[in-house]
Amino acid sequence: MPSAKFEYLLRLGDTVLVLSQRLSEWCGRGPVLEEDMALANTGLDLLGHARMWLTYAGEVEGKGRDEDALAYLRDDAAFRNMLLVERPNGNYADTLTRQFFFDAWHRLALAELVKSSDSTVAGIAGKALKEVEYHFQRSTDLIIRLGGGTDYSHRLMQAAVDEFWPYTGELFECDAVDQEMIVLDVGFDARSLRAPWLATVANTLETATLVSPPADAWMHKGGRTGVHTQALSYLLGEMQVLPRRYPGAQW
Amino acid sequence: MGARAAAIPMQPGSAPVRAHEPTLQQIWAWLAGVTDPEIPVLSVVDLGIVRDLQWQEAPSGRELILTWTPTYSGCPAVEVINADMKAALVAHGVGNVRLKLQLSPAWTTDWITPAGRQKLRVYGIAPPACGACVAREIVAGMARRMPAVECPRCGSRHTHCLSPAGSTRCKALYACDDCLEPFDYFKPH
Repeated sequence: MPSAKFEYLLRLGDTVLVLSQRLSEWCGRGPVLEEDMALANTGLDLLGHARMWLTYAGEVEGKGRDEDALAYLRDDAAFRNMLLVERPNGNYADTLTRQFFFDAWHRLALAELVKSSDSTVAGIAGKALKEVEYHFQRSTDLIIRLGGGTDYSHRLMQAAVDEFWPYTGELFECDAVDQEMIVLDVGFDARSLRAPWLATVANTLETATLVSPPADAWMHKGGRTGVHTQALSYLLGEMQVLPRRYPGAQW
Repeated sequence: MGARAAAIPMQPGSAPVRAHEPTLQQIWAWLAGVTDPEIPVLSVVDLGIVRDLQWQEAPSGRELILTWTPTYSGCPAVEVINADMKAALVAHGVGNVRLKLQLSPAWTTDWITPAGRQKLRVYGIAPPACGACVAREIVAGMARRMPAVECPRCGSRHTHCLSPAGSTRCKALYACDDCLEPFDYFKPH
């Protein structure tokens, strides 16, 4: 039985790894050059965070698996990322809305992890938080500009908000793994982030002339325990093909 | 030799210096010759990447512990920089080097030395003048009231941001309203 701490670190690491991989799919295909670079840079930050979380997860597990073994040699059911981040990129409104929902949660989560009694967790969180504040600022700005932009951009943004909303429930789950991390003062209670997240998101959506879906809407669940949508399988197929096809390949 | 390197004191309690063993001051000076591959005018010492140097006894003999910190988490230059630091030390006969990652306190542009800031300006990149205090204001949503960034070419403060995402993770793209030249701005972080 893997330790709760290992599971907890995989949830953190896999979530940012998968979102990073999604963002990298835009590289060279952004709507304008500046957006292309901004998304690639955001993805690069998240990849850096994923490397630190997964390296530490491997150390905690103690079976000799490093960041690469964890990223490239696990099957979809072994991934612990939240469903929100594995959803396909869709159009640009979809990508930005997914990012905004995630960034608004990510900064709150990291601000809690900075207080962890585990100095490695606190160190990674402190490093990541500085970068994520930029991500959050950027995605907030773009939600407002596109929501309040043309009729067309407004329509796409509202559709994206409605599409991704049912994937946000998982951000605030608290199961036995989380409980154990809370007791050990390593992790935080995600339920406590729900109210500030809802307030931030509602405020930004209102400024963007977009309608917030009901907070008590039905929500998808399962990513954090390894029950994923098929979108993750395709993503991993592409991300893992080289190390799987050529075991031990060196760059 | 940067001012910072000269200011590093010998650590009290560290192992005594052996004959023919380079001093830590000497090693700081060698590292001041290792440059960032993406901003080749700045050294790893100018950037504040090297946090500490220590000689230590190890099973393999005397070992140099080089404590370093990454700039941005995903900076793709990190591995090249680490390889370059090791290679520079090996070239000076220091082969037994261990790199020790230090995440906390997180790197900040405040650690870029005054000499480094001047080198950036001469190179055409506006340095992060006001330090991380400004970064905190940006993220608090006051980006539009940021202090003016000075054009590294003509010195004008009539400049504007073209894109917060620039040619590398650490830079934004600006343009000067007087000399009309575009330029990179090293973002306060």
